[in-house]
Formats: sequence, structure tokens, C-alpha cells
Amino acid sequence: MASTELSAGLGPTITPSAGQPHAQSGAPPSRAREAATKTGQAFLRLFRTLRSNRKASAGFILLAFVCVLAAVPGLIAHDPPRAEIYGRSLGPSASHLFGTTVYGQDIFAQFIWGARETLIIAVVSGLLSTALSVVMGVAAAYLGGVWDGGLNLVTDTLLVIPSFPLLLIIAAYLPNSGVVVLIAILVITGYSYGARQLRAQALSLRGRDYLEAARVRGERSVYIIAVEIIPTMTPLIVATFLGTAVYNVLFAAGLQFIGFGNPASVSWGTMLYWAQNNEALSIGQYLWALMPGLGIAILGASFALLNYAFDEIGNPALRPVRRHRVKRPR
Amino acid sequence: MRYALRRLAFFVGTLWACVTLNFVLPRLMPGNPALALLAKFHGRIGGQALKALEIAFGVHTHESYLHQYIDYLRNTAEGNLGTSLSQLPTPVSQIISNALPWTLGLVGVTTVLAFVLGTGIGIIGAWRRGSWLDNVLPPVFVITSAIPFFWIGMLLIVAFSLHAPHLPSNGTFDSTIIPAFNWPFIVNLLQHALLPSAAILITSIGLWILTMRNNMVTVLSEDYIKMARAKGLPGRRIMFDYAARNAILPNLSGLAMSLGFVLGGSVLVEYVFNYPGLGFWLVQAVEGEDYPLMQALFLLITLAVLVAVLLADILTALLDPRTRTAR
Repeated sequence: MASTELSAGLGPTITPSAGQPHAQSGAPPSRAREAATKTGQAFLRLFRTLRSNRKASAGFILLAFVCVLAAVPGLIAHDPPRAEIYGRSLGPSASHLFGTTVYGQDIFAQFIWGARETLIIAVVSGLLSTALSVVMGVAAAYLGGVWDGGLNLVTDTLLVIPSFPLLLIIAAYLPNSGVVVLIAILVITGYSYGARQLRAQALSLRGRDYLEAARVRGERSVYIIAVEIIPTMTPLIVATFLGTAVYNVLFAAGLQFIGFGNPASVSWGTMLYWAQNNEALSIGQYLWALMPGLGIAILGASFALLNYAFDEIGNPALRPVRRHRVKRPR
Repeated sequence: MRYALRRLAFFVGTLWACVTLNFVLPRLMPGNPALALLAKFHGRIGGQALKALEIAFGVHTHESYLHQYIDYLRNTAEGNLGTSLSQLPTPVSQIISNALPWTLGLVGVTTVLAFVLGTGIGIIGAWRRGSWLDNVLPPVFVITSAIPFFWIGMLLIVAFSLHAPHLPSNGTFDSTIIPAFNWPFIVNLLQHALLPSAAILITSIGLWILTMRNNMVTVLSEDYIKMARAKGLPGRRIMFDYAARNAILPNLSGLAMSLGFVLGGSVLVEYVFNYPGLGFWLVQAVEGEDYPLMQALFLLITLAVLVAVLLADILTALLDPRTRTAR
């Protein structure tokens, strides 16, 4: 029951990733609508299946929790998150649920307000890098030949180079930059895995009859890719988004933890940075360091659970077995 | 043979791409950040070291990019990695050779342990479909794999290091103990490695369990497994020799991507535990704007992943005849 509302709430968040390429393709409006309808139907089917999956429901609930924090932090936490106006390093109490920082800020308020930037970074970088994966993967598979070879080489190379160290050195050359740069480098380093998987699926679609039929009808490649290929790949595209989002939550937290981005902003990663810099653990302000990490874990886990549920739906063999099997010989 | 050559070409190509990234990145950035840095160090470092730095970052030279690039490639190939700017006048190569054993010991051993344990648990979990092991483990490890490595490290510090019983959470061994190949030193060393190692193990093992379990489940529905059962082969034999042997192949090739991820995660674990390995120094270098050290560490970490990928490729080729004849 709860998951119905949640899935409805999540729909518009994800749809643009699949919808975007159509808008850019410049196809006539009717065709764009056709693509949108196909994609929409694919989503509906998906969510109907997801509702019956326990891991998916758990993932939705966790994600909804973070979304609520991000949407209306002011209703939940009444203290300003940045103001240094309270007693310093206070323990947890009724007026300061998680205590205060060494600067006299309310940790509970920081935790609630921190959800917003963390969620935005994860979703925006996830969407953009999924879009890049789709473009690179599908283009490589569809164009073939030299294009395939070239795009593939770039993707494979990026796939092997460890992302986090690469993120670190790019970040080092761009000190004092904000969220936009953070998202940009997450997108560049994070698209490769998805691109590879999408390419593989697009390759398997290439020889299908209905694509051949579209070509015979004289449709342009842009139309075929946007209206015929991409809607078919919707489940994998959503899975790519979820997988990338997990990694981006972790990578962004790691980067902010060592002080990249704007340390003055309120997010879970920067909370961890200030907690670590002031040795929150040694001075006994455990919640200062533990709560933002818990938030990151909840957000990461919500994407990961949804992703795993997708795997189960795509591959029925993986679904949990409830009944006991016939006893097999030892 | 063709397969081996192709993999080798990929190895060399990726390594070249990394060196090139090191060369291109500082030149791409707005207002070459190294320029300001070098101005700061002018007069404090000797002629030859300065020259090497200038070649590395393309400062004060009027040579073409191509010329700079060739000089840079030659310097790197000769192992001339420059001088660390934050640890003047220590050469980068010295810092790296001091740090490498710690990372190999901590991250290397832990990764092998996680792979073996995780794959084992995955095999047994899939074999006993529907048992508590199979129902409880997947969701648990889906969640642990989405938690930042360094945060688990912080949790472990709170749980085991701040109160009795006290486990060390800082450095590699006590400064009061003299390094020697004897019992007290080894125990001390292992004590210090225990928490960071546990942090890496907890967050990375889920990856192996889940992929292995899923591969196993897919393989177990194959006809030849049914055939083996019909023949009345012992269960253990079917599990290991028939199912696991095939299911482990994608896991081996998955090692490539996962290893880079684990190495990336362990960077911050080393930082949280002040464990002076490659990752710890990488964070130091980034924070101290020590570009030569940073570039060298990036190159080395990539090299480590590439070597592991190459080993996994060779192993896959040995275990799976299909790859040898593929294309």
C-alpha cells in the first residue's frame, strides 16, 4: 500500500533520464509522445512488479524517508543548522537531541538539513551519468565499426582506472570549487560501467526484426534509437541509474569527508569533515560523526536495495525460495 | 596467444592513458594550479629538481606541448618521479617505497581474504537455497556494500578502541616497541592492522558474496547439474567441481572493477586510521597540494589494479578454454 504512493512519487524523478534523449533528438512531437508513452508503460509495468518485492519496498521506504528530510527540513528541525548560537559540545538533551558541535551548532538540525544537498548530488550526478552511459553505450552499439572501437576503448580504460583516486586528483587541481564541479567529476568518472552494460544490451537488440522494419520504413537513426531502442532498455537504464547513485553517494561522501567541495555547506559529507577535523570521536561527541554516516548509509542502502530488487525481477532464478525443496541426495 | 597479446596491449594502453592523464590534467585546469605552487617553492628547491617539476607541469618553458610530453614520458619511464613538495626534500620514490609494503600488507591481504571468504559463503548460500543463510545474507550485504568504508572504520573505533578492551586505532605499531622479527612485534603489528582490516572486510565482502551467489544460482539451473545429480554424484562434488567452477569465472573478471573500488575505499580507511600506506599519502598529497607525490601515487594505484586485472585474465584463460578461442 505504502509503496504505491512512493512509486508514484519516484516516477517523475527517474523518468527524465529516459525522457531526455527524446527531447534532444528533435523528433516531431507525435513521435516524442509515442516514445514517452512507451517509456511510461514500461515504468508502470516495472512498478507493479516492484510493489510485490520486499527488498524494493524497504528501499522505497528508506528513500522516501530521505526525500521527506530533504523536502521539508524546516518542519522537522526548528533550529538553524549553521548558526553558532548554542552552548559548545553539549551532550544529547531534549532541546538538542543529538547535542551540539564544538562551534555550538545543533547537530540534529545539521543532520536533518544535510539530507538535501546529499540527495541532490546523488540524484543529479546519477541522472547525468546515466544519460552519458546511454549515449555512449547505445551510440557505440548502434553505430558500430570504428565508432564502437573508439568509444569502447575510452569506456574500458575509464572502467579500470580506480575512480576514487582519479576523483581525488581531479579535485586536488580544483580547490575551493562547489557542488557543480563535484557533480561534473562524478559524472565523468562514473559513467563507464553503465555504458558497458547498456552497450551489451543494445548489441543484442541490433539484429531484431522490428528495428529492421523501422529501417526499411526509412526512419532516421535518431528516431530508431530514441523511440525503438531506448524504451526497450528502460529496466536496464533504471538499474544503471540506481547502481551509479549508490557509488556517487559513497564517492561524494568520501570527497566531502576530506574537505572537497564547499565545507561551509550543510550536507552529511561536510558534517563528517568537521567532525573528523575536530576529533569528534575522541572528545566524546559520537553522534556528530555517526549520524551523518548513518544518513549516507540509509541513502546508499535505499538505492542498493532497489537495485538488487531489480536484479531479482530481471532474473527470476534469483528470487527468494520460500518453500522447502525435495530433499536431495548428499 | 592472441588473447594474451590483446590483454597485454590493453594493459600497456591503460597505463599510457594514466600517464597521459597526469600530463594533461594540470594543463587543462584554469590557470595551471602548479604555477602558483612553483612560484612559492622557487629558490627552495635545487636546480635539477626544479627542472623536473617544470617539465612535469609545463611551467616556464616555451617548448611545444609535444616536446614537453615526450620529456615527461621519458622522465616517468626512467622512474624519475620528482621531489615531494610537502615533505621537502624527500624524493617521491622514497615515500612510495616506504608506503607500499603497508598497503600491500593491509589492503592486499584483506582483499584476498574477502574474496576467498565471500566467494565461499556465496557458494554455500546458493547451494542451500531457502536456508536462513540464503535468506538473511543477501539483504544484509546489500546494505553493508552501500556504507562508506571510512564510516565503518569510525564505528569500529567507537566500539573497540575508545573503551576497554582497547584496540589500537592509530598507525602501524607502537613507537615504544622495536621493530624486529619477534613475537611481541608481530602481535603488535597485527593488533594495529585488525580494525582497519575489519573495516575493509565488512564493506567489501558483500560484493563477492552477492555476485558469487547470483552466478551460482544461475549455473545451478543448468542441465548438466541435473545430469550430475541424476548420476548420483556426491553433493559436495557437484557444488565445487561442477557448479562453483563455472560460476566463479565472472567473479574473477569482476575482480577488475571491484578491486579499483576497494582500493579507492581503503584510501579513506588508511586516512581514518593514520595507516601510512599509499592511500594515506594520497590524501596527504591532495590536502598539501603536493602534485608530484599525488601523480605518482595515482599511477602506482592504477598499476596495482592493472596487474591484478592481468592476473585475473590469465587465471580466467587457464580455467575457461572458451576465452582462449574467443575472437
